[in-house]
Amino acid sequence: MKRIYICILLMLSLNWACKKDSEFLDRKPKQVLTEEQVFGDEKQVLSLLADLYNRYVDFATPENWSSMSDFNEAFWSEAGRYGDFQNSGWGYGNWAIWDYGYIRELNLFIDKAAKNTTLDAELMKRMQAEARFIRASYYFELVKRMGGVPLILEPLTYDFSGDATYLQNPREKESAIYDFIIKEAEEIKPLLPKDVNTKSRATAAAALAMQSRAALYAASIAKYGYKTPQVSLSGGEVGIDAALSNEYYAIALKSAQEIISGSVGSYALYLKKPDNLSENFASLFYDKNGNNESIFIEDYKLQSGKVHGFTISNQPRYGAEEEEGGRINPSLNLAQSFEKLDNTFAPFETNTSTGEYVYYDNQTDIFAGRDARLAGTIILPGTTFKGRTVDIWAGYQLADGSIITGDDRGQQKTLPGKSLPEQVVGLDGPINGYEFTAQTGFYIRKYLDPAAGSGQRGVQSEVPFLRYRYAEVLLNAAEAAFELGDANTAATYMNEVRARAGLTTPLNSSQITFDRIVHERRAELAFEGHYYFDLKRWRIAHEVFNGANISKTEIVKNIGSSTKISTQPYGIWPYKIYAPGTPNDGKWIYKVVLPDRVTGADRFQLGNYYSEINNTILSNNPKIVKNPNQ
Amino acid sequence: MKTKIKNILVVLLIITGFTACEKDNFKAPEIMFNGRLVYQGEKIYLEQDQVSFELWQSGFGKYAPIKSSFNQEGEYSTTLFNGTYKFVIPMGQGPFKWNMNANGNADSLLIELNGNKSWDIEVIPFYLIKNTTLSTNGENVSAVFDLEKVITGAEGKNVERVYLYINKTQFVSGNSNSNIAQSSLSGDELSGLSNLELSVDIPTLTPSQNYVYARVGLKIQGVEDMIFSPLKKLEF
Repeated sequence: MKRIYICILLMLSLNWACKKDSEFLDRKPKQVLTEEQVFGDEKQVLSLLADLYNRYVDFATPENWSSMSDFNEAFWSEAGRYGDFQNSGWGYGNWAIWDYGYIRELNLFIDKAAKNTTLDAELMKRMQAEARFIRASYYFELVKRMGGVPLILEPLTYDFSGDATYLQNPREKESAIYDFIIKEAEEIKPLLPKDVNTKSRATAAAALAMQSRAALYAASIAKYGYKTPQVSLSGGEVGIDAALSNEYYAIALKSAQEIISGSVGSYALYLKKPDNLSENFASLFYDKNGNNESIFIEDYKLQSGKVHGFTISNQPRYGAEEEEGGRINPSLNLAQSFEKLDNTFAPFETNTSTGEYVYYDNQTDIFAGRDARLAGTIILPGTTFKGRTVDIWAGYQLADGSIITGDDRGQQKTLPGKSLPEQVVGLDGPINGYEFTAQTGFYIRKYLDPAAGSGQRGVQSEVPFLRYRYAEVLLNAAEAAFELGDANTAATYMNEVRARAGLTTPLNSSQITFDRIVHERRAELAFEGHYYFDLKRWRIAHEVFNGANISKTEIVKNIGSSTKISTQPYGIWPYKIYAPGTPNDGKWIYKVVLPDRVTGADRFQLGNYYSEINNTILSNNPKIVKNPNQ
Repeated sequence: MKTKIKNILVVLLIITGFTACEKDNFKAPEIMFNGRLVYQGEKIYLEQDQVSFELWQSGFGKYAPIKSSFNQEGEYSTTLFNGTYKFVIPMGQGPFKWNMNANGNADSLLIELNGNKSWDIEVIPFYLIKNTTLSTNGENVSAVFDLEKVITGAEGKNVERVYLYINKTQFVSGNSNSNIAQSSLSGDELSGLSNLELSVDIPTLTPSQNYVYARVGLKIQGVEDMIFSPLKKLEF
């Protein structure tokens, strides 16, 4: 028996060894694709490009809920995150990025696509343009956060000589990076499709939208740099010459107008639900069907692996599909900044001029008659999500002014004069320090997915993230026109955006001010990752976050001012009146509160304007200069 | 078999005994290097932990600073090894002028450490707060003080605001955690630089205490960090 086995083994090994040595040693690897294989097949090139798209860096993304809601536009109702409201600001290293590995791969792709002769030339041109778009986008992200950076447009390769100094490049001027982005956008525009239905790949409109935003940022840094003269470097790596501002504003206006004119696709403001403008505004973010407002998006797809849990993290806690939610609680600071329908700013009316409470029949009455974007961006107490009314109320107030409330969601207590216990606090809170309840009295609505299952961990959400959308283009045009002294044009563009939000009384040209523009962008683009960069480029971040506490009387004043301080997120809590036999019984009152987990006040230091370049980078490349004030 | 395992264990023990000796046990730094910021012998008072400085030492792989900051008395203190260090206050830090080198960067000072060392750093502040009298009647705190413009001419800067801060603890500044009340005057409202007055009401203190700490602070236009008067404990 044994002998037979040995014989078989021997025969097998002989068979193996029969191959020629050269063949045996020269086999193609099965787990690695060669360059010829990739650049010889359209599908392979596309998947390579898809990977580059997938690594696109956004400041705010629904995959990370907190990235969309910092800077006291919201309070974070999660036990582990209260510390962010108890410290006094942000570290110098926050928001820093420096991924030159990504840039190298983009450069390699561009280089190889340019030299490719096997595939369709038109296709290669488009893909090359797309990679250049992604590269310009990444340089845009770098310059926004770090200031001028080394501009590397060739794939660099180390020669292993032991001396890497030839790979060390100094930082470019901040304006040079912006110039590069503007020039790239101009050059790739004709190579990209003019198709309104292409959303998750670069189009001509996406290139123009990027150009417009970049030019606007450069222009405002040039114009408002005088406010923070210390935020600059002598080599121009940070700070842009004031004389250049008009030139940049003109570019921002021109490229925005090119989109508005319709020459690159028929983009328009989303208006599928004109009867309910708040609903309309909310659906703009989740409707993927013929949505002509979105220009360039990060798309997600159910059951594909590319999904996100934004709805899980932020769905109203009561009736949620998982035992969590409610993390982003928009602040009163943001909520009250939405205008009344007569274009005026006013706080929510909690008290009369004599100090009496204002009694409301319905919980939502206090929010009535305002900018439709208020209810489109924020889930207000008494409104619904997925058909369920959110249960946000802080307790009962008795006739003598005392409060009966609970410290658990929907806790029951016996009211005076009654025999049975009943619910005395909302199932959505607000309860101080109770995570996932609406600790400011609000939940976020923007980017919440109303589809069934979106709040389940096993399903998640396919709501896209809108990187560029038409309303922003209009606001870019409005701001650029205003800064160029053409307030009439500015008013026209701004009124378009405002009319969609139900503010149908147009603003005339004399009403367009810097404060108005600051406000409009904050209201329209809340929680989309713009607020921080806007405050930075206008050089007002250090005034808005000045490190001082805000008092209850101060928070409701000066609404609509661009430099109103916002160092702490406030809330507004509804209470039900319990006073049987009196006319106010069952009515609602509101109180302005500071959630008690908020103990710090944020200060934006001058060293926060541009993120710190870390010591490893400085040490590896002595030509890099540090950012100012750090 | 058993002896084999025993032998292996013994060998392992010896190996660990040898390897764990030297390299792992670095001595902790124990040389004290401390001092304060002064101008002609006068202390410069700052906000706690807001003005930073860096100590650089070359010769150890990648080049990176040891970072630290001054306390509100303008003092610093570090524990180091003996050696040669470069001391630098980064650009834009502090309410004072720091020398530049030819490239327009903050210039460094060479420090030779050979045993404990106390070393005062001489800087030129833009302003000094002088002759400060802080007093209280139990309801409010008032301050009378002079400002002295130290750097004049083209490099001189204007006053943005003067503040009077009070706090329950000895950390007193504009930081929200470091004051319970404040009052201020903008630079335009000042009549001159001497005999300036500020007053602030003492809010209800919980838990109650019969003292507060107070300081006067000065914000200079175009300078992020403020300069302060000496701290005073006021009892009532």
